[in-house]
Amino acid sequence: MKELLYDVAIVGAGPAGLAAAISAKQNGAERVLLVERDIRAGGILQQCIHAGFGLQYFGEELTGPEYAERFADKVKAEGIDLLTETTALEIREKVLVCVNTSGVVHIHFGALILAMGCRERTRANLVIPGSRPSGVYTAGTAQKLINIYGHKVGKEVVILGSGDIGMIMARRLTLEGAKVKAVVELMPFLAGLQRNKVQCLDDFGIPLLLSHTVVNITGVDRVESVTVAPVDENKRPILDKAEVIPCDTLLLSVGLIPENELTLTSGLSLSGITKGASVNQFMQTEVPYIFACGNVLHVNDLVDNVSRESEQAGKYAAKYAAGALAAGESIKVEAGEGIRYVCPQSIDASADEDVNLFFRTIVPGRDTTLIATAGGEVLARKKLTATTPGAMEKLTISKDKLATLGGAVTVSATHGEVLA
Amino acid sequence: MIKTDVLIIGAGAVGVALARELSKYKIKVTVCDKNDDVGGDASKSNSGLTSTSATMPVGTLECKIRTISHSMVDNICRDLDIPIIHCGSIAPVLYPEQMENVPGLLARAFQNGVYDYEFLPKEDILEMEPTLNPNILGGIYSPRDSQINQFLVVVAEAENAAENGVEFLLDCKVEDICVSNGRVEKVVTSKGEIEAKWVVNCAGLHCDDIAKMVDECDFTVHPRKGEFFVFSHNTPVKVSHIISSVPSAKTRGVLVIPTVDNNMIVGPTADDVEDKTDRMTTREGLESVRTQALAMVPGLRFEDTIAQFVGARPAREPEGYNIVVSKKALGYVGISGVRSTGLTASFALAKYIAHEMQEAGLILERKVGWIRKRRGIVRFADKNDAERDALIAADPLYGKIICRCEQVTESEILQAIRRPVGAKTLDAVKRRVRAGMGRCQGGFCSPLIIEILARELGIPEEEVRKRGAKAFMLADDND
Repeated sequence: MKELLYDVAIVGAGPAGLAAAISAKQNGAERVLLVERDIRAGGILQQCIHAGFGLQYFGEELTGPEYAERFADKVKAEGIDLLTETTALEIREKVLVCVNTSGVVHIHFGALILAMGCRERTRANLVIPGSRPSGVYTAGTAQKLINIYGHKVGKEVVILGSGDIGMIMARRLTLEGAKVKAVVELMPFLAGLQRNKVQCLDDFGIPLLLSHTVVNITGVDRVESVTVAPVDENKRPILDKAEVIPCDTLLLSVGLIPENELTLTSGLSLSGITKGASVNQFMQTEVPYIFACGNVLHVNDLVDNVSRESEQAGKYAAKYAAGALAAGESIKVEAGEGIRYVCPQSIDASADEDVNLFFRTIVPGRDTTLIATAGGEVLARKKLTATTPGAMEKLTISKDKLATLGGAVTVSATHGEVLA
Repeated sequence: MIKTDVLIIGAGAVGVALARELSKYKIKVTVCDKNDDVGGDASKSNSGLTSTSATMPVGTLECKIRTISHSMVDNICRDLDIPIIHCGSIAPVLYPEQMENVPGLLARAFQNGVYDYEFLPKEDILEMEPTLNPNILGGIYSPRDSQINQFLVVVAEAENAAENGVEFLLDCKVEDICVSNGRVEKVVTSKGEIEAKWVVNCAGLHCDDIAKMVDECDFTVHPRKGEFFVFSHNTPVKVSHIISSVPSAKTRGVLVIPTVDNNMIVGPTADDVEDKTDRMTTREGLESVRTQALAMVPGLRFEDTIAQFVGARPAREPEGYNIVVSKKALGYVGISGVRSTGLTASFALAKYIAHEMQEAGLILERKVGWIRKRRGIVRFADKNDAERDALIAADPLYGKIICRCEQVTESEILQAIRRPVGAKTLDAVKRRVRAGMGRCQGGFCSPLIIEILARELGIPEEEVRKRGAKAFMLADDND
């Protein structure tokens, strides 16, 4: 067994891990390690060869690999260790157990940052009936096969789910010469960002079927068709209006699940809604030496937001490892009316820093008022002309309000007009 | 042309068990199958249950063979390194009407010699299995029902048979059997003609099609579809016994089964269909499994399902195990009527068939040096740190994890491909070492396994298949 000692160890060198590592180093952690199972850093950004990253963080539009490279270069320049082709298996108290071709590696750490990202929901999670032929892919797997390996996955494609990856893959497949016959969405509204609908579907004439779902898959060896049906207001398919669409490929973009199996080995429990750990504004979990950031914590819309919250995790993990992060009074943050969840789930009231609350609305709406209150007092308020569940919203609580918070903080959204 | 003494058609549980049995003797044995892998259809897509003959029709050949076979399972598992758990089964009695069936079931079990099949009061059953519906009226406990890795049974027997000289011809579909002068002469397959002195039809669901080729078909076979759910390791409510419905006259009903790999399987339905290629799950079928399972184990969390699949048991009409040693076409032996009980029954059935063939003139002279044992592929996931270090020191690819969900390493995948009767498709790799069988269902590892299979098999990546003849993973242009 190889034994290594670090102030801050980070699992995953995708966008979250990279930003957290740089921030930890810049905030005083001397020995910082990134553990990555892939052959290089960058995570899923490596396969996101389209542009659209970095508008908020860098003020310019980058491709995924370009965005990742900026952080990876900085990791190198900062003298942060990167252990690639190494898989983290288990958290045993303050030891991260990893493995690579040299053997089992025990990494002793002062603080640990979880940045493992997420996985895609599968056909089986949705219980789509039918046969089990080849040609059923999750959108991200198809993206990897096309963009990293240079393959084609199919010629006639139906995409279930209007998440961002699904829409981006609709465009990508079209550019690769495939015919995308439809993007099918269960909800009466788009799951991803509006700009992706315009750039990826509308510009290529790809039909979007809202309030529809896939109710059957046929094909003994390879997919031969899928059956698409409209759904009623309770999301139940109306089978007598179903239509068979011949195709050889079904792509699924039906949601992401934080990859928290490693997290569970530490004894942490997961939120039923985000499927991630619960954190305070320092991105610190209920096990004080474990921090979490990025999509392993909650699924973000933009990588720019991931970088920002991961910097927060890196900074406070460095402070914790140095023994400079004392715990103050913990105030709960709750999702109120119209809000699906809020991250962080609690606020440490002793902090000397404004607190950003990130959250998603449940339904899309116009003239939306977002508000954070505690004990009747309004802590932050924002009015937006439109909101959608596909976009992450933010409210900021000023640091001078933290010491006098009168109980749990509740975030709520009221729409002038509901669009669903 | 290939020449063989015995050609077995069908590499399912029965065909492969027979091949292993015959590999003890000084004869040449060949197995062919239309699929890319051993394990057939029904033999791989089932509940993995190996149970006593408590509920079998009394006095039948099926009951007799299965009773003996069930007692052979532990030795087979030990010799061939097949995972098995002795979890026992409980059939909770949910309604007063079911209670009326209990005396009859106990009486039949007694007649079949299953003396340890007994009714226990509600309190005892709930203590043994607290996940059960608290309103049950009691339950039937059957302590010797076990759960086996159904994929590895057939793979292990096939590997062992191959090591003992049996030849396997896969992706090899039988098109005709030629009979001349009242004797089987040769078999025409998609891979050419095979000259065989004996032809044994172990084609399961397709045994009627094969039997027609020698005019020995006085029965029909149709698929009895069974739909199943597979649950993730991480689901909160898990059973520790096989939970079975109280058997009715028609079916054994839905089961909730703890697997050897710490998943749960829930199913099956029993729907008779016409189309032998139909492996479609249905909304109604899955819903009926869910309803029946929840009535027994109300806490099951169906949102934690990671797969659904269909098994097609061959349903013979008329019912019953049937072994024909042909008089019309000497050398032809037909096996039919082996249904869901086949996994358990296959071990004794193989011996029974071999005996019948011997009676009909097959000379079985024992060879020296028959290899009884086979070792499984050592699993990284099962080992502790020190054991893992030792594995990696011997083979560094034991330190390269390909399937993150099930912690399967490249070394294990290579062994699955390189062993005798090795994997040639993604599904065949999955069945042997569980790569792609976890929560992401191959989302992360399938691109990597496509690469490994292409490299190992010496084929372009676009020719790598999920399974079957044309189930290609990729759709690259062939220019």
